[in-house]
Amino acid sequence: MAHTLDNEFINPNSQIKSPPDKDPMLPCLFSVEQVKKETHDTFTFYLSPCENKISFPFQPGQFNMLYIFGNGEVPISISGNPSDEDRLVHTVRLVGPVTRAMKNLKRGDVLGVRGPFGNSWPVYEAIGNDVIVVAGGIGLAPLRPVLYKLLSQRDKYGKIVLLYGTRTPEDILFKRELEQLRSRFDLEVHVTVDRAQQSWKGNVGVVTRLIHKATFDPLNSIAVVCGPEVMMRFTALELEKHGVPSDRIYISMERNMKCAIGFCGHCQLGQTFICKDGPVFRYDFMHTYLTKREI
Amino acid sequence: MTKLTINLGDKATIKSSDIILLFNALRSAGYSVIGPTIREGTIVYEELTSIDDLPVGWTDEQEGGSYRLKKRSDNAFFGYNVGPHSWKKFLFPPSLRLWNARKNGNNFQILPENNDTPKFAFIGVRACELHAMAVQDKVFMNGTYIDPVYKSRREHAFIVAVNCGQAGNTCFCTSMKTGPKVTSGYDLSLTEIIQDEIHYFLVEVGSEIGAEILNQIPHESAENKDIESADRIVEETAKNMGRTLDTNNLKELLYNNYDNPRWDDVANRCLSCSNCTMVCPTCFCTTVEDVTDLKGENSERWRKWDSCFTVDFSYIHGGSIRSTVRSRYRQWLTHKLATWIDQFGSSGCVGCGRCITWCPVAIDLTEEVSIIRLSNNNSESLSSDKSDFREKHNH
Ligand SMILES: Cc1cc2nc3c(=O)[nH]c(=O)nc-3n(C[C@H](O)[C@H](O)[C@H](O)COP(=O)(O)OP(=O)(O)OC[C@H]3O[C@@H](n4cnc5c(N)ncnc54)[C@H](O)[C@@H]3O)c2cc1C
Ligand code: SF4
Ligand code: SF4
Ligand code: FES
Repeated sequence: MAHTLDNEFINPNSQIKSPPDKDPMLPCLFSVEQVKKETHDTFTFYLSPCENKISFPFQPGQFNMLYIFGNGEVPISISGNPSDEDRLVHTVRLVGPVTRAMKNLKRGDVLGVRGPFGNSWPVYEAIGNDVIVVAGGIGLAPLRPVLYKLLSQRDKYGKIVLLYGTRTPEDILFKRELEQLRSRFDLEVHVTVDRAQQSWKGNVGVVTRLIHKATFDPLNSIAVVCGPEVMMRFTALELEKHGVPSDRIYISMERNMKCAIGFCGHCQLGQTFICKDGPVFRYDFMHTYLTKREI
Repeated sequence: MTKLTINLGDKATIKSSDIILLFNALRSAGYSVIGPTIREGTIVYEELTSIDDLPVGWTDEQEGGSYRLKKRSDNAFFGYNVGPHSWKKFLFPPSLRLWNARKNGNNFQILPENNDTPKFAFIGVRACELHAMAVQDKVFMNGTYIDPVYKSRREHAFIVAVNCGQAGNTCFCTSMKTGPKVTSGYDLSLTEIIQDEIHYFLVEVGSEIGAEILNQIPHESAENKDIESADRIVEETAKNMGRTLDTNNLKELLYNNYDNPRWDDVANRCLSCSNCTMVCPTCFCTTVEDVTDLKGENSERWRKWDSCFTVDFSYIHGGSIRSTVRSRYRQWLTHKLATWIDQFGSSGCVGCGRCITWCPVAIDLTEEVSIIRLSNNNSESLSSDKSDFREKHNH
């Protein structure tokens, strides 16, 4: 039954409990080291702590609350390499007031950071298994740390598959890195776009159509899926059709967040708080909610 | 008047005219004394300057969507039921500055608030309200993160509880097992006894500090007849609850009824005004606001009470998750009575009845639940294979 809030149903072993020794609503200051334009509306920010010697360990899937002076604070996943604890990397799609204000950030500018919050993708549970990484749009950013982690310990995993879908070829994130990944022999990469001009030689169509192209052993696989809710739902259905059990599929949920520490109530989804019980959930637990509207 | 040394767990009596001495003792111990007082026709909780501020001789008449003060035939200090305020406004302030950011070129500094902890003495806390505090304790002090403002205020608060001498028409604490008898979480607890011409309080001592305070005022050790009188008063109150709520399998009931047509019915009446969440002693949702000065050099971050009844509450890029009133009322009720149990190990409702009284259109959660229960039972008996389907569906 899916109605018990058992850790088992969410994400075993990956609940991170590290009570901070200061007021959890107080941000730390970080300065912008570098800004990289990924696409017309997506930027990657490389940040380093204003106070020296703060290291920033995190697990793939965790997020921070980023505060832009006078504009507000929003949850953004960490998109960098978990083995690099000295700087923080975030990839942001500009959609509204706070994220758009980030566009003006330049090298040397300061912003506030609270975190890391939330649980992680099942990178430890996946050891010994094939891993299927499925990303839609900006959903690739929270999954990039998973790829770094898997590849840093490549021999611990079976096949690794990356399936990525986005709107148009111009919207492809981390292009250079994807090219590099594609050229590796120990990794299978498929990319698709919703629509493209004639010059695009790649796949056109939704990301779920890439699943049949990939080779993996469905009963010994872990799938990690991140993207818009509908995309995650259809991807999970398709994976199930290909024989992946629903308790081996993980998704990352998004809800409005004002605190990230379980106080503000905004991120509730049924009996969960996305900020502290998630954002990563096992699909067999979450799917009852995904099929209901306005929960 | 004899003065004897009283200890934790003891019972004593004090004369009604000596209540003023309790105030004085608390004040000289450095507490700001908060209690019931009349403002604009309602009994609210505010700082009291003297015991004359208490609603002596007043009571309230409550019903769905209505509240009225009425004179009592006696001079009871605590002869009313709970009003629109709850103690949460002191422990969990409606608006709180979290910090202040000061700009300095392309850099800025964050200055934390120096929140001095006020020392509150709460007078007249009811059993359901003590349970409501315990519910909020779990939210703010029992998780991975701790709310420092709540914690310090809570830990410093002195609590004078009162056993209810009457039940309101919208009360249902017996259903929620939260009252009317005060059982724990107090420093001193009072039962107001008025028999013929005698007016006094039975006092129970719930903490060492409670004993210290009581030792400063004249009291006598309680006799069996005092204890019996007090028990009888509370028993009588328990028998007169205005409302009831059947909590049997309530969580499962609501989890199985996300699609009950009753939600559409309540959506036609609910104004989505948020009153129910503001008056509820357990509701804890907040939002944050940034207030920046005209020059753009100073920006303050404020935390404010928020409500799941607002459309913005569930906004994520592209629109609100709960854009209909149906889904917002369902969220509120299902949270209070069901998901809360999975989140925090107890119901989020203590049966105080405030949301019923203060709903402008008299929506009554006990009624909504009983109608959902009725229709659930009917539909279950109509189609016996439905539960089967649901089991598979949920798996
Ligand atoms: C756990 C988590 C991780 C995320 N990771 C990323 C990421 O790596 N990169 C990225 O570009 N975006 C990410 N998002 C989405 C991002 O938080 C929103 O795009 C952002 O809040 C929009 O804010 P805005 O003020 O620019 O726009 P608006 O859409 O105008 O938002 C106004 C306010 O609504 C709230 N809000 C709006 N959309 C969201 C949302 N999707 N999730 C939560 N709150 C929202 C915020 O409080 C925001 O300030 C993540 C969201 C969550 C919950
Ligand atoms: S839901 Fe209503 S009755 Fe229950 S505690 Fe809140 S205000 Fe009181
Ligand atoms: S139930 Fe009543 S008090 Fe609550 S939001 Fe609806 S109209 Fe307002
Ligand atoms: S973001 Fe505030 S409770 Fe989860």
